[in-house]
Amino acid sequence: MTPLLEVRGAAKRFGGVQALGGVDLRIDRGEVHGLIGPNGAGKTTFFNVLTGLYPPDAGEFHLDGQPYRPGSVHEVTAAGIARTFQNIRLFAEMTALENVMVGRHVRTRCGVLAALTRNVAFRTEEAQIRERAQALLEHVGIGHLAPFKARTLSYGDQRRLEIARALATEPKLLALDEPAAGMNATEKRVLRQLIETIRADGCTVLLIEHDVKLVMGLCDRVTVLDYGLRIAHGTPQEVQRDPAVITAYLGAPPQEMTT
Amino acid sequence: MDTFVQQLINGLVLGCMYALVALGYTMVYGIIGLINFAHGDVLMIGALVSYSVATALMESSPNLSGWLALAVALPVSMGACVGLNLLIERLAYRPLRSAPRLAPLITAMGVSLLLQALAMVIWLPSPKPYPQLIPDTVFDVWADGPVITLTQLLILGVTTAVLALLMALVLRTRLGRAMRATAENPQVAALMGVQPDRVIAATFAIGAALAALAGVMWAANYGTVQHTMGFLPGLKAFTAAVFGGIGNLAGAMVGGLLLGLIESMGAGYLGSWTGGVFGSNYVEIFAFAVLIAVLTLRPSGLLGERVADRA
Amino acid sequence: MNVSSILSSSFAVRAGQRGHWMLLAGLALLLMLVPFGIVPFGEGWVRILALALLYVLLALGLNIVVGFAGLLDLGYVAFYAVGAYMTAWLSSPHLSEHLPAVMALWPNGLHVPIWLIVPLAAAVAALAGIVLGAPTLKLRGDYLAIVTLGFGEIIRVFMNNLEQPLNLTNGPRGISQIDPVRLGPLDFSQPLTLGSFSIPSVVLYYELFLLMGVGAILIGHRLEFSRIGRAWMAIREDEIAARAMGLNTRNLKLLAFAMGASFGGVAGALFGAFQGFVSPESFSLMESVMIVAMVVLGGIGHLPGVVLGALLLAALPEVLRYVAADLRVHTGGRLDAAILRQLLIALAMIGIMLWRPRGLWPSPERARAAPEEMTP
Repeated sequence: MTPLLEVRGAAKRFGGVQALGGVDLRIDRGEVHGLIGPNGAGKTTFFNVLTGLYPPDAGEFHLDGQPYRPGSVHEVTAAGIARTFQNIRLFAEMTALENVMVGRHVRTRCGVLAALTRNVAFRTEEAQIRERAQALLEHVGIGHLAPFKARTLSYGDQRRLEIARALATEPKLLALDEPAAGMNATEKRVLRQLIETIRADGCTVLLIEHDVKLVMGLCDRVTVLDYGLRIAHGTPQEVQRDPAVITAYLGAPPQEMTT
Repeated sequence: MDTFVQQLINGLVLGCMYALVALGYTMVYGIIGLINFAHGDVLMIGALVSYSVATALMESSPNLSGWLALAVALPVSMGACVGLNLLIERLAYRPLRSAPRLAPLITAMGVSLLLQALAMVIWLPSPKPYPQLIPDTVFDVWADGPVITLTQLLILGVTTAVLALLMALVLRTRLGRAMRATAENPQVAALMGVQPDRVIAATFAIGAALAALAGVMWAANYGTVQHTMGFLPGLKAFTAAVFGGIGNLAGAMVGGLLLGLIESMGAGYLGSWTGGVFGSNYVEIFAFAVLIAVLTLRPSGLLGERVADRA
Repeated sequence: MNVSSILSSSFAVRAGQRGHWMLLAGLALLLMLVPFGIVPFGEGWVRILALALLYVLLALGLNIVVGFAGLLDLGYVAFYAVGAYMTAWLSSPHLSEHLPAVMALWPNGLHVPIWLIVPLAAAVAALAGIVLGAPTLKLRGDYLAIVTLGFGEIIRVFMNNLEQPLNLTNGPRGISQIDPVRLGPLDFSQPLTLGSFSIPSVVLYYELFLLMGVGAILIGHRLEFSRIGRAWMAIREDEIAARAMGLNTRNLKLLAFAMGASFGGVAGALFGAFQGFVSPESFSLMESVMIVAMVVLGGIGHLPGVVLGALLLAALPEVLRYVAADLRVHTGGRLDAAILRQLLIALAMIGIMLWRPRGLWPSPERARAAPEEMTP
């Protein structure tokens, strides 16, 4: 089976810094894939290159067997990769429901003419958008918050809203940028359950995370970056034992550690 | 060749005045991210105040030397403008420091309209001739060629001196360091003991003084004053600041001079370049054409930093 | 619930809430009758109301750009000018008098009917909106404002100077002898006689503008509560997030510019026919600022607020002119209606931003704070 996402040789340079020096990554269909590494390893850069925010200097990208050029952000989303942001970016003055309804934009069609004439196509589509958005809110557990402005939601709920909004775009790959940042243990448990539900639905997930316990417990496979290069990949167990990974995180070669 | 040098002279003089106003814009924008729409009108107030003072002095003692009148009018108008700007900052801009960007912009437009309206009330809307304070002396650059007036020479000289003073202030004094720090990172500057309110007030004060100076120069150079004289030059000076790189003092100076030259050359040559189709009356839009070109092609300006956009 | 939120929720109505639509229809009917009550006091007042209605059109158009999409356009008056000059070119003797080619084809002058000019003006203005909006797509708020201001000034300079080599705009003198509105047998420049009852020409124009105003409100409302409207608001809130959700922000912004501009074009076309004369004076920067003030002071993004803002700021100077007639004499010419108007608008802009930044009639906070999250 073709992998859902295949990246070869992704490279990106910022002035004097080679943020990504040729990174390979493979994500299989239906898995939750973790992207980890020490600070400054290039995880967010890779993320931003993948989703079209930065144009890559080099690299081949294949989504669902088709090559795609991460050119513009909205085209990447249309192609099937939806992302969330490390510093939650919601539409603050719009309600939770409206936020998710905007997520449906890329899969719906009614334009100005339909809006002005309020024809059958428009009314049908609007009803569908509304229902789907409400369903997604319920799915992530915040259906009761639909009429409230996004800025009034608690931090954890805002995270879930952002995920619901991304899911509304019907992505093949859901890319989450540090979704557990700033969460306490309870909130992380809820988040983990949510991601497992998303996996059970058949959606593939790419996850940048610092919380090692979360990643090891949740992810099917993991890729480790350091200094812009991939230093290890495989199951969480394999990666945990990899000496290169240990060195990258702890700074000491394994034989110097007492067991 | 004559036209070229003449336009060069005119352009540099105009550029000096733009540079002085552009500095005010760039300093305020660098520190609080506000385009102070009303800044050009401070120039106008400076010119009008000096007009009142000078006219009053000249009328009360007809034998008074123009230089003396100028020596009194200039500091008075600078003082008035500094006071005015501090008041505006305190009442209209400070409360909106944390408001969304639209609010201070609208307020600034309101302040601009207010200043013009007040000027109409105080000084009446009609244009007024500015008294001849500086002798009318004209120097030939070469025989039968381009000329430069004493006023223009003074403008060039004074501007150079003032710019040097400003650079010294910004680079060598405590206040200057505080200003630069606050422009970089207000929170950290505050942690280092800098009081942002004071620094911002000082920025507005310095900007006002420079604008008032430019206003007096403008009045002396062009001979008339009116309540509408500030807005458009102010906008063009903002263009100059963007042109040079907003937030960058050297950029404001360079941008101002260049814009003055561009306008001047355009005024002189546009007619002949386009065979009379576009005459010098199109000069007004040069500044905007430059602005659009800069923002489209090189948004950081000539001397601005190329900042990589890190999401 | 107070009156304003009742009226506001009327605007937020979805299909099926007939009651609210009846209320608004009743209001419109009432407004149709207003001029008949005012005519005895002088037709001048009806004229003021008619012009105020044109400003409502302009404010609603700018609201699409500023209120929905969050793009601060300070040169909006350019589209008003485009519409006005289109009427001037297509229904006055100017072009045939000054351009031999036109004289040859239409020796009796161009007299395109208004119902053809208006959609044409809308289309041309929309095109202008795209052309002027395109360079601004990557600019941040403040810079966008200045550039659009610049465009407005550039258009004004062209209007003032396009007399040579071809006399297109007649410079500062403007173009006159523009045909009045003629719909079929009805000539708006003449009073309409129904039996013994005579409706003055200015009232006819008022009703026409009222109809256009209602149409504009309807269009604005339908855009606001649609996929496109939500997309615009998403861009206003966070453009980067909007792009990440698959929105083609470039096209959406251009669409906002185009739609907003088209309102300006329609208003301009009607203005030209109404006034019979257009000149660059009517399209100054002050006008752009005033229209922005109408939107922002009224209630940015909120249709009823925008309409209120437009009516207030448009009618105010005229009321002042009446009230301040003596003021000029008393203060030795220092304080006349125009200066007073500028003073009041300036103070209003500063005051509203300081004390009621969302406007006089903002969209109601119908979404209260979400309840505290329950820990499972």
